[in-house]
Amino acid sequence: MNDLESKTVSAMQERPNVDLTKTVITDDTKVETPAEKISIRNLNFYYGENRALNSISLPLFDRRVTAFIGPSGCGKSTLLRILNRMYDLYPGQRAEGEVLLDGQNILAPGTDLNMLRARVGMVFQKPTPFPMSIYDNIAYGIRLYEKLPKSEMNDRVEDALKRTALWDEVKDKLNASGLGLSGGQQQRLCIARSVAVRPSVLLLDEPTSALDPISTAKIEELIYQLKTDYTIAIVTHNMQQAARASDFSAFMYLGDLVEYGTTDQLFTKPRETRTEDYITGRFG
Amino acid sequence: MNPAVLKQYARRKRSHKIAMVCSFAAAALGLLALAWILATLFAKGFGGLNWAVFSEMTPPPGGEGGLLNPIFGSIVQTVVATLIGTPIGMLAGTFMAEYGRNTKLTMVVRFINDVLLSAPSIVVGLFVYEIMVRPMGHFSAWAGSVALAILVLPVVVRTTEDMLLLVPDSLREAASALGAPRWMVIQQICYRAARAGLITGILLAIARISGETAPLLFTSLNNQFWSTDMNAPMANLPVVIFQFALSPYEDWQRLAWVGALIITLAVLSLNIAARALSAQRASDR
Repeated sequence: MNDLESKTVSAMQERPNVDLTKTVITDDTKVETPAEKISIRNLNFYYGENRALNSISLPLFDRRVTAFIGPSGCGKSTLLRILNRMYDLYPGQRAEGEVLLDGQNILAPGTDLNMLRARVGMVFQKPTPFPMSIYDNIAYGIRLYEKLPKSEMNDRVEDALKRTALWDEVKDKLNASGLGLSGGQQQRLCIARSVAVRPSVLLLDEPTSALDPISTAKIEELIYQLKTDYTIAIVTHNMQQAARASDFSAFMYLGDLVEYGTTDQLFTKPRETRTEDYITGRFG
Repeated sequence: MNPAVLKQYARRKRSHKIAMVCSFAAAALGLLALAWILATLFAKGFGGLNWAVFSEMTPPPGGEGGLLNPIFGSIVQTVVATLIGTPIGMLAGTFMAEYGRNTKLTMVVRFINDVLLSAPSIVVGLFVYEIMVRPMGHFSAWAGSVALAILVLPVVVRTTEDMLLLVPDSLREAASALGAPRWMVIQQICYRAARAGLITGILLAIARISGETAPLLFTSLNNQFWSTDMNAPMANLPVVIFQFALSPYEDWQRLAWVGALIITLAVLSLNIAARALSAQRASDR
């Protein structure tokens, strides 16, 4: 790292509300001063020739929930999928810029993607249980990187299911297929599966959009509990959900980050009219 | 209602009836042909089914005997062909669906595979005759198995690719998101999700080759005697049926009917098994 760069970095660390683009970070963040778990800096993203993200910069604070909101096609899911480099599964997609996870640039060539994804878990819009038993669904991810004796594995599975409030519903049928659960249960199973690997960051891509209100409430409750241990980023179309479940919010529009701030500030006194129009339902 | 509309509606109802009658007739015709074949086979072959068929060798004309050596030969060559063709076909199909999706190579392989899928089996037999039987100087069960394996291959390639493409990408993403390397995602998630379909494809491939005569005529030929030597000609049901049915001897003709019945029942049960597996797959979703 050269002199200039290190100065920039230290400057940003001192003042988390530094104006990286035109984005405004409110003073509220200073009060809490949590550590930056992930720092996104000047991030551009391309689907082939099409630019989908324009020079995005924002922090994800440690053990806080950050919500990405915005109309369809604004790039919020794209942004989320960069954080565990999911886009790498598909040819023709590329990212430019920096995404620092604990200070290391995950976009750098040579990053071990499998290890990265074990640290940064992801839950998808549609529940995706594996075609195996409930037990094996949870144990699958653990077995990838840890060799545990049976009893310890049982504990880990039980712990993951308890954390996601699924244990009481499935403890008598751990060997039944995960595909036999209801949609809400399947989604909690998928969250449990991610949690079981013990990542430090959890990415949730519209995790409740396919679920009924009761399951949604359970998952929001779950998010609230999980943030004591995990840094969480959530993409959602549901304004109330963002307001209820997140600490920080980023409003995106057409690949730009329009506004970033604490959820309180963004929802009660947005600085940008576009943000206000969107959260009050005037467009989007 | 407007009389013109009513008239149009009546006409529509009439064409609906005509179309329905036509499709019923076509379906019935197809079923009738199948029922007819089965009925004839049972009528002519069932009487000849006895223990001797499964315990004695093919007889000389006028002698007592059964179909043990061709039944054994057919099973051996079908199994060997499946063992050769299935792994190659599954690997090729896996490449096409997982690694080489939308690449030029995949499109070329898919096209050639489709050609191979509809290639006349007699051409395959002649091909193996040229590359194996002639250089070796004699007919052999190996050559027969290779010819059958070439017929297994395109069926397995096709079904493997199709079934893996049916596995939703979201499942691959979910497994990758846990940090699973690509090969583990394919092996532990994709294969498992597509298992019933993959097995169905293999069963259908076996069903296809178990009745093939033409490729065996040029390769494993036939053998009147008990032989387990893969390097020598080996008896097999289709060629024995072909030979016995064309012969002027009545007892040979009778055995040919029995053999035909056995093959048909075997293929039928393979198809039913494949069907049951697909049904299971549908209920899994």
